[in-house]
Amino acid sequence: MTRSDTRAEQVLWPLGFGLLVLVLWEVGVRLFGVSPAILPPPSAILAAILSSGPTLWEDWVQTVVKGALNGLWMGTLAALILAVIIDRFVFLKRGLLPVANFFAALPIVGLAPIMVMWFGFDWQSKAAVVAVMVFFPMLVNILGGLAAVDMMQRDLMRTYAASHTQTLLKLRGPAALPFLFNGLKIATSLALIGAIVAEYFGSPIRGMGFRISTEMGRLATDMVWAEIVVSAVTGTALYGIVSAIEKRVTFWHPSQRG
Amino acid sequence: MKKPVIDAKGVDLTFQTNDGPVHALKNVNLEINKGDFVSFIGPSGCGKTTFLRCIAGLETPTGGTLTVNGLTPEEARKSRAYGYVFQAAGLYPWRTIRGNIQLPLEIMGFPKSEWKGHIDRVLDLVDLRGFGKKFPWQLSGGMQQRASIARALAFDADILLMDEPFGALDEIVRDKLNEELLKLWAATQKTIGFVTHSIPEAVYLSTKIVVMSPRPGRITDVIESTLPPDRPLDIRDSEEFIKIAHRVREGLRAGHDA
Repeated sequence: MTRSDTRAEQVLWPLGFGLLVLVLWEVGVRLFGVSPAILPPPSAILAAILSSGPTLWEDWVQTVVKGALNGLWMGTLAALILAVIIDRFVFLKRGLLPVANFFAALPIVGLAPIMVMWFGFDWQSKAAVVAVMVFFPMLVNILGGLAAVDMMQRDLMRTYAASHTQTLLKLRGPAALPFLFNGLKIATSLALIGAIVAEYFGSPIRGMGFRISTEMGRLATDMVWAEIVVSAVTGTALYGIVSAIEKRVTFWHPSQRG
Repeated sequence: MKKPVIDAKGVDLTFQTNDGPVHALKNVNLEINKGDFVSFIGPSGCGKTTFLRCIAGLETPTGGTLTVNGLTPEEARKSRAYGYVFQAAGLYPWRTIRGNIQLPLEIMGFPKSEWKGHIDRVLDLVDLRGFGKKFPWQLSGGMQQRASIARALAFDADILLMDEPFGALDEIVRDKLNEELLKLWAATQKTIGFVTHSIPEAVYLSTKIVVMSPRPGRITDVIESTLPPDRPLDIRDSEEFIKIAHRVREGLRAGHDA
């Protein structure tokens, strides 16, 4: 007999396993005398987090809020606008989409130094890298969503003599939302990676990527791990927020009715 | 003499496909008068749905003339002359039942103040009062199809075109909906075009039964029903009913042999 886990069990199981991993990590590092430069124990990482709160906060604001989130909305908005335009004109779908495909194949991180040249050392260049990174998965997902409406639904709109804009707003837009959220889930993790890595190629003296690369140079691995923990928590939280919004907005979709 | 609502003279339609041209309709002549309930019956590929789509302006005949309310089907579609019910209910899952019925009113620019009146009226007509706030996926298939009929009735078009609307429902639900459809027809005096592949359904509902046959799609018989307008379900056991059903079956067989 199977029964689904209660709310408490859903939280407690992973929490228990997580703690077990941390304990084994701590014990292992101490037992085998692993050098902190190779792997610091969780207690040292926790100590670093607690003692460098203001630094971590400053880095977080610089990288996540200014770099990643700004890039995310810019890239998403650009993808949304271009998707609606491409969808409207067939010749664009034929001509522009292959070009977009080509740009998607570019090693985006390689663009980071160029973006620094264009937009300076501060967060603007990081946001630009993120925007380019999230642009393509968003574009593909939104276009896929707009095409997802079946023939019968389009015919229904034709029997109402609905205009292109009406069909877009009342039928194809809402139908594309589940696809948009799929893209957004991919894009949030890409945005975080992009914002951190872009800082390796030049940044002001704050930011998570900057901290990771400089602290690594000083073999202060506890601080590197502290930044990694912060970024992992941030990534999970962003994903959770997107999922929560998705659940509210696309409550009608079979995958959300559950 | 009264002008027919739908007038087809020598309608031809050839689809160009990769396997060469397909003759979907050949020399179709038919007059449908105001208030008629006309069924189109025949095997798959006989063009019954295609002809209904021609009337709706969703397909364009390649020959002959076809008028709806004296207009071309295209003009009639743009003047929103008919409501169309598809085989699947095709309700938007993100809208409630009321919201779905409101959709054509929004698109056609009915004043907001009139929406409630229209929606209440058609919900009563299809016996769905009290379900307006439900979402489509919370209702049974039969109820969904009733809601889609309500949606087609909401904007008061004089013509109702129905393409196998009950084809996906079980027999018991289908009987009930057939009975309700007759009541609705009597109450609204609409002109109805109804595609089906069920002989009892065609005979039970129609004032005029159009028998069609495939390759090329054409009309083989037009039967004026002699059944009284008031039809309880058990009329299907009467001699008159069986006689008409027999003639329909003969017509289908003749078309098959040809």
